[in-house]
Amino acid sequence: MEQRKRPLSPHLQVYRLPLTAVVSITHRMTGVLLSAGLMLFVISLAVIQGGASSFQAMQSLLQQPLMGIALWLMVYALFFHLCHGVRHLFWDAGEGYEKPLMNYYILLELFVSLALTFISFLFVQLGS
Amino acid sequence: MEYQTPLAKARGLGSAKTGTKHWWMQRVTAVALVPLSFWLILFIDQLLHASYAEIREWLISPLNFTLLLAWAFTGFYHSALGLQVVIEDYVNPDGLKIVMVWVIKLTFTAMAIASLVFTIRIAVLAG
Repeated sequence: MEQRKRPLSPHLQVYRLPLTAVVSITHRMTGVLLSAGLMLFVISLAVIQGGASSFQAMQSLLQQPLMGIALWLMVYALFFHLCHGVRHLFWDAGEGYEKPLMNYYILLELFVSLALTFISFLFVQLGS
Repeated sequence: MEYQTPLAKARGLGSAKTGTKHWWMQRVTAVALVPLSFWLILFIDQLLHASYAEIREWLISPLNFTLLLAWAFTGFYHSALGLQVVIEDYVNPDGLKIVMVWVIKLTFTAMAIASLVFTIRIAVLAG
């Protein structure tokens, strides 16, 4: 018996997600990533209270280029999560639902989060 | 206004739980974290460039001690609330879901206690 061709709802694996959906899931993924980052923060406090030699060992590890890249990617994840989080606060207040402006807000978020990361990078690298 | 259906009420499901506080505290901590995250950047600066004596002095100054821990505790709370939502969305079996939310809450509580103990130890240890 031939099967009837029924209309299918957009399945997530074949449906090309709109930019808004990509940003939404990225917000969640960065949130989970940053939770792991909080654990690293606690570990860094543990290392500092371990004394000068353990602190210096951690510092030289953090000064490795790969660790630097990982660290600044985490900072970018933080600022992206922060910027999109601020947009959620606007949404909660009932603002910012204009459909034509959705992609514009996303570009604004990406720009501001990159800018904040860059400013922090300059502050940390040039300030000392 | 009654939002629960009689069936949902009989099963103890639906909006009878404490979702509003969860949702609200997620927002309150989010707003607090916007300025407090500046202290993380200051801390990263210290981690990368300060000597041991300098980072110790930085950490135990009352302003940095207070605001770094305020950032951390607010972050732990915000993070626990967020991970709880992720678990509730993706983990189906009730038992596993409840246990995982417990683990998250206990882990972040332990992290908060550990951060406090570590910073106090840093302050008390002789330079």
